[in-house]
Amino acid sequence: MKSTALYEEHQSLDAKMIDFGGWQMPVQYSGIIDEHKAVRNKAGIFDVSHMGEILISGKEALDLVQKIITNDASKLTNGDVLYTPMCYQDGGIVDDLLVYRIDVDKFLLVVNASNTTKDFRWVEKNAELFEQAEVEDKSDYYGLIALQGPISREIIQPLLEEDISNLKYYTFIETDIAGVEAIVSRTGYTGELGFEVYLKAEDAVQVWNAMLKEGSDKGLKPAGLGARDTLRLEKALCLYGNDIDETTNPLEANLGWTVKFDKEDFNGKEALEKVKEDGVKRTLVGFIMQERGIPRHGYEIKVDGEVVGEVTSGSYSPTLDENIGLAYVDKKLAEEDTELDVCIRKREVKAKIFKTPFI
Amino acid sequence: MSIPNDLFYTENHEWISVDGKDAVVGITDHAQEELGDIVFVELPSVEEEVDQFEEFGVIESVKAVSDVFMPASGVIVEVNEELMDRPELINEDPYGSGWLIKIEIKDKDELEELMDSTEYEAFLEEE
Repeated sequence: MKSTALYEEHQSLDAKMIDFGGWQMPVQYSGIIDEHKAVRNKAGIFDVSHMGEILISGKEALDLVQKIITNDASKLTNGDVLYTPMCYQDGGIVDDLLVYRIDVDKFLLVVNASNTTKDFRWVEKNAELFEQAEVEDKSDYYGLIALQGPISREIIQPLLEEDISNLKYYTFIETDIAGVEAIVSRTGYTGELGFEVYLKAEDAVQVWNAMLKEGSDKGLKPAGLGARDTLRLEKALCLYGNDIDETTNPLEANLGWTVKFDKEDFNGKEALEKVKEDGVKRTLVGFIMQERGIPRHGYEIKVDGEVVGEVTSGSYSPTLDENIGLAYVDKKLAEEDTELDVCIRKREVKAKIFKTPFI
Repeated sequence: MSIPNDLFYTENHEWISVDGKDAVVGITDHAQEELGDIVFVELPSVEEEVDQFEEFGVIESVKAVSDVFMPASGVIVEVNEELMDRPELINEDPYGSGWLIKIEIKDKDELEELMDSTEYEAFLEEE
């Protein structure tokens, strides 16, 4: 099993470790609810070095990027970040990822840890069409630390040379942090103000500890994958492998805004155009339980005794103190306040569709 | 890690405290620690009869769903209703206010199949 450069820091912080896609990662430190609340109210620091990084460079770098993603990277300028699905020809999702435009001929793709190998092969295969585009797996080179929460800017600013008070959402700068080179981007997976810091893996310990030192008396806490999951779910952000995968397409996953039909050919364009024309059959909705019970991935959803869908993500929500979930349901049913029954251990437990994000 | 010496333990990390025919059942400190923040508890109805090592309820933490099993056959005489609103009591006080059910034991001989505190401690070390 792989571990990140911060493994020993997690040990010394008494983290509970789990296997996540072949990586030994911290699932929690002080407790998921405590860490969740720290991120919503103050700040949390996450080791997400397991994420994959794929560098695409060369004269045809943009052409390759445009071919593999559904969103439009042609409008990016240096320092811009773009969220996008990457699809197969049939419209199924290979992965969802971030595109960083480092330079006009240099793009960094940040992909899900458990998909890194699959994605790299897929991008390489597509690169065969472009003589002047090079693909490089930089996943072992980069460490990644996410600092998230309303006071994250106060914590990170003193460690930087540059003023980031004007750094906009979904943009980044290349700068020094705590004396080492890094990419600092205003992105995250919690729905809070936050930053993600890409650095050489061997520099991760230094920056991790500098952040903890700067933030611990302000309320910063180390946070694990458990809190990362409840935080993203409250904001209804998709998790690959749960809410989206190769059997789902971006249009039914409420990611229609990331599919730019007006750009030239891209993988899945034709299939997705057909889906759009015919209308989606099912759609991803949020719901809140109205009776006791926690929805979990894979539970069936019924209406009047008939199966109409399946839960893709579900959990207790620390912010709402309610049990919430995401599910694909029949398009016809996807309206706010529609009552659903979630099948929990042979019982049907009432839930109601809720407009996402939950908070 | 607390392992009181007046209780019996199962390999699935339940404890039982026995006083004549009356017994109280809960999960161990180790179990609550492993589960993390407990946010949901499902318990049986009073008067239900459950056999030894049969499932009698469900405990859910933020991340995990976990069945709980009867340390000994018996009839449910009381369930801890307070856990419905405050499941976190299991984390805070697993051998006290975080108890799950009270039962009337059918056959005291079944207790021989359980571990005492010394055996349970050794079991945890092996695990």
